[in-house]
Amino acid sequence: MKLTRKQRAFANQLWIYLAAFVVGVICVFPFYNAVLTSLRTGQELFLANYLPTTFHWENYVNALGENGVGRSLLNSFVVATVTVGMCLTVSITAAFALARVRFQGRKYVLFTILCVSMFPQVAVLSGMFELVRFMGLYDSLGALILSYTTFSLPFTVWVLTTFMRALPVELEEAAIVDGAGLWVIITRVFAPIMGPSLVTTGLLAFIGAWNEFMFALTFIISNENRTVPVAIGMLQGTSQYELPWGHIMAASVVVTVPIIALVLIFQKRIVSGLTAGAVKG
Amino acid sequence: MRQSSEGLLLPPVALAPPRTARKRSLQRRRSRAAWLLIAPAVVLLAAVAGWPLARTLFYSFTNAVLDTPEEYDFVGLANYLDLAGGERFGVLADPLWWQAVGNTLWFTFASVSLELVFGMLLALLMNQKFRGQALVRTAILVPWAIPTIVTAKMWGWMFHDQYGVVNDLLLRVGLIDTPLAWIAEPGLSMWAVVMADVWKTVPFMALMLLAALQMVPADLYEAARVDGANAWQRFRRITLPLIMPAVIVALIFRVMDAMRVFDLIYVLTSNSEATISISGYAREQMIAFQEMGTGSAASVLVFMMVAGIAASFLWIGRFNHEGKEGKA
Repeated sequence: MKLTRKQRAFANQLWIYLAAFVVGVICVFPFYNAVLTSLRTGQELFLANYLPTTFHWENYVNALGENGVGRSLLNSFVVATVTVGMCLTVSITAAFALARVRFQGRKYVLFTILCVSMFPQVAVLSGMFELVRFMGLYDSLGALILSYTTFSLPFTVWVLTTFMRALPVELEEAAIVDGAGLWVIITRVFAPIMGPSLVTTGLLAFIGAWNEFMFALTFIISNENRTVPVAIGMLQGTSQYELPWGHIMAASVVVTVPIIALVLIFQKRIVSGLTAGAVKG
Repeated sequence: MRQSSEGLLLPPVALAPPRTARKRSLQRRRSRAAWLLIAPAVVLLAAVAGWPLARTLFYSFTNAVLDTPEEYDFVGLANYLDLAGGERFGVLADPLWWQAVGNTLWFTFASVSLELVFGMLLALLMNQKFRGQALVRTAILVPWAIPTIVTAKMWGWMFHDQYGVVNDLLLRVGLIDTPLAWIAEPGLSMWAVVMADVWKTVPFMALMLLAALQMVPADLYEAARVDGANAWQRFRRITLPLIMPAVIVALIFRVMDAMRVFDLIYVLTSNSEATISISGYAREQMIAFQEMGTGSAASVLVFMMVAGIAASFLWIGRFNHEGKEGKA
């Protein structure tokens, strides 16, 4: 049977909607399932049911209070915020130099930064362990701030360099003609208009620091200094075979909601930041 | 010339080189200032990434233990491979290390190729115009936004052998008769890890490819359609060649990331023998067994593997680059 043009277009549309629906379900279902589980207790946990049946909020109370996830949330927030602040301060000047000034060795600096961004974390683990202990930062949030700042730095420098390159040259030329020095150009001309790019880069670095696991697992041993990923990874029940899935899922939902909210609010920026490093470069 | 020698990834500077003498002195002052501006970043990287890397290399030649790293003897290459006494010791003689190498390579190959296929399909879908497009774009950001540890826990619960959703759905559809032990069964656990990873990272791949797809000029498709090219031909002959650079960059990013995998496996399958990665192996030696020397040796091997793969990507990239220039 030969389809008319109109019928073919309709069939096409149908396929697109079907695919879009399947994609949507696959993307959201695991999180939906986590939310469902977080609202259940006791025997209900073990009955497969795809619609909400009960609303037991005590899992949340339990996860946040007794299991110390509330404290971890605060730790994660502090670590991620300080990391982003330090990272942006250090990288905005570096990115300016790399994007706007032609100097000898620029190529090598860029190349080195690219290389460091591909470092496997485990490769520096024992050296970092020694350094952290030497500086007296072992089992403190400072250890994480130090290591996260260094490990996000290549990424933030890279993305900011890409963004800065896109700004018009005339802007800077006008400032030079007016007799402005480099420092004035950076702080008075570039920093104000870099606002959106700084937000994007900062967000991505924040998410990176919020999610980091290996350093957090290795450099922190006390419960009250744990960050969120480690706190969730370590949630245990009374016995090894009886994991408190309700609590785990409640804690998971709590730590994920802020990130999902951030991502959805700043959707466009995040996508532009993610692709800036790769496609334009 | 300068631009091309910098290769695919390095952005060229925005300012044209100045010519007059006055400008040259300005240029010299600027380049001196530039070093001052990048100094904090470079110092931080050298002190907190470079120095620890060097120390790791140093410790890999010693028998230090984690509690007392200041007491050590040099043992040469014994942490890597020790043939003394007729028996073989060291990381390279450990079957678990080779298992970890196999696991990591298989994980990288399986997850990155699945991600490429699904990421491409997803990008092509999102590049279509339809109502609700914005909704799909929002939905695919959800897996990307969820922290890896949460992903591991969520999928661990979904893969639960008795109460998990995955088994329940498969049983209902009739694909299996008895529940499968996704996490405990060695033959299945790697697939569980790969599935969770693919779910989490396909969005990244799709967004990268979508950005590239959107830069393909629409009139090219129009012209091809007029010439009677079908959908596959249009994809194969127009889309694919034009987005190839972006595909390669995305692939490099993902391969480097997958080679370093640690957290997903550590939480989802508790570093079981069937799924442990090279990073997991090195950390286990160092932290769990307190063998700082052996762990450092394994770390150095991880570093060398990742660096080797990065270097071969660069080499292939340069090779392609030169080939194209030669033709042009």
